[in-house]
Amino acid sequence: MAEPLIRMQNIRKSYGRVQALVDANFHVNEREIVGLLGDNGAGKSTLIKVLSGAVPLTSGDIFIRGKKVTLRSTSDAIAHGIETIYQDSALVTQLSIARNLFLGREPIKPPRFLNRMDQEAMNNVARDLLKQVGISKNIPPTTPIGSLSGGERQAVAIARAMHFDSDLIILDEPTNNLGVAETQGVLSFVRNARDSGHSCIFIAHNIHHVFQVVDRIVVMRRGKVVADDIDPKTTTVTEVERIITGMSDKDIRDALADGKPAH
Amino acid sequence: MENHSLIQRLIARPEFGPFVLLVVEIAVFWSINPDFLSPQNISNTLAFTVELGLIALAMTLLMTSGEFDLSVGSLFGFSPVLMWTLFNAGVTSLEMGFVVALVVAALIGLVNGWFVTQLKIPSFLVTLGMLLVVRGSALFITDGFPQRTWSAEGSWLAEALVGDFFIGPFRIYMSLFWFIAAAIALGYVLTQSRTGNWIQAAGGNPNAARARGVNVNRVKVGLFVLSSVMASLAGVISSLRTSAANPNSGTGYELEVIAMVVIGGTALTGGRGTIIGTVLGILILRVMRNGIVLIGVPGLAYNIFIGAIILGMMALHSWLERRHQAGT
Repeated sequence: MAEPLIRMQNIRKSYGRVQALVDANFHVNEREIVGLLGDNGAGKSTLIKVLSGAVPLTSGDIFIRGKKVTLRSTSDAIAHGIETIYQDSALVTQLSIARNLFLGREPIKPPRFLNRMDQEAMNNVARDLLKQVGISKNIPPTTPIGSLSGGERQAVAIARAMHFDSDLIILDEPTNNLGVAETQGVLSFVRNARDSGHSCIFIAHNIHHVFQVVDRIVVMRRGKVVADDIDPKTTTVTEVERIITGMSDKDIRDALADGKPAH
Repeated sequence: MENHSLIQRLIARPEFGPFVLLVVEIAVFWSINPDFLSPQNISNTLAFTVELGLIALAMTLLMTSGEFDLSVGSLFGFSPVLMWTLFNAGVTSLEMGFVVALVVAALIGLVNGWFVTQLKIPSFLVTLGMLLVVRGSALFITDGFPQRTWSAEGSWLAEALVGDFFIGPFRIYMSLFWFIAAAIALGYVLTQSRTGNWIQAAGGNPNAARARGVNVNRVKVGLFVLSSVMASLAGVISSLRTSAANPNSGTGYELEVIAMVVIGGTALTGGRGTIIGTVLGILILRVMRNGIVLIGVPGLAYNIFIGAIILGMMALHSWLERRHQAGT
């Protein structure tokens, strides 16, 4: 089988005596949307934080297309093509859509010493991107983020990740606090991102949202990946819920085999 | 239709409120005392206005990045004292003393920025401490006495900074041109340049800015240095113009400058700033101070009006902000 886009191997992360990740193994293939599920405290966010460079791992290896990498910071991860979108925190609400899209990578108009942003180019790209990501409303790229809805903000963040060729877009609770129509919008943005060649990790409490969009489901429990090849087409929500809570027969056997009591 | 939306856009701008206030202020003072618009009064008001204004321009950028600087008033007093002390003692020429004063100011700004960004101490506390250190130094090296300043006559530095000439009946100081140049340059930096985008992002959402590779700390340190250097320059200009170097001068200016900036529409919490607004804010407060005296209100009542203006403008800005957020 081809080397996956991202492979995390035997990842351990402890905060003092608390083991947040215990030999977690996880991978994402090219052009794949992976749903990452698990109860509170299962280790999802820690795994994502490690992968996005926000926290250092205690031990273990991360490979991108088979090459071992060290992610020291979020900008390090972004440089490696891993973009994490936390709801609301990724954008500057006071700045316009275009200025947010290009923040830190603003195109400069010659002569360079004037350090002048090419606002026209920024606006043009922003307009195209908003269309590409699937925003149907005609929103001018000069609109400040503060006056956009939650779903539109997600779209801007996803558009930014797509434009700067992130291979992997991590979406942490992208559908939280969104209405039905907005949620459908965000789900289609994610599909568009995959169809244009990006991989995604999709984290959501709402399993139904995950089922609608992902190609494969990974479940974490107690700092470990307990199932990593669940096909949403052939599995039911109830079955996945049982794996998340650890109540299925197979998982009880797995837990016992690890020497830990099932709860 | 087109005209209608143009007017609507103008009204929606954060600078619109301050602009109306300034116009009303000038109209009221002028109708009560026509001398208010006399060439002499305009010239006098402008001379000091631009000195405080230089500090307010730099403060606008600093506040947009989410920080502020309480030590500017003390630098306004300290820098000319340092320059004249060096010169009077025969250690340096006046010009060299000026350069030394600016370099020392830049170092002070660097220290402010370092404490705020590296030790993560709020700028309120850092610059309050620096205010006391700098003011204390000015008082200590002078024993609290003003410095001799009579020998600046004819120096090219004095000519370049505060040389004066008449345009018709108006007496204009060179400092006015420095102010205009600084306003244009900093307005350009804030709205057109890539640095301006970083300044706004640093104040609006520093974590998002960092994640995009923006060096938020470097932006902030740079702006602290700018703020200190501008305060120092303003102090030297004022000292050369009035032939005075008093270690106590500039006391309380920090608050007046911050008031000018917020009245103009820059957010105290960062993320949003406007140089045009600050220029209006500078004029609003200086016109108020001057006009009150001219129409015969006791000067001691000045602060009542300033306080009322600040409260009124803050209410207006917050109302506009909420309307804006609501998407209307």
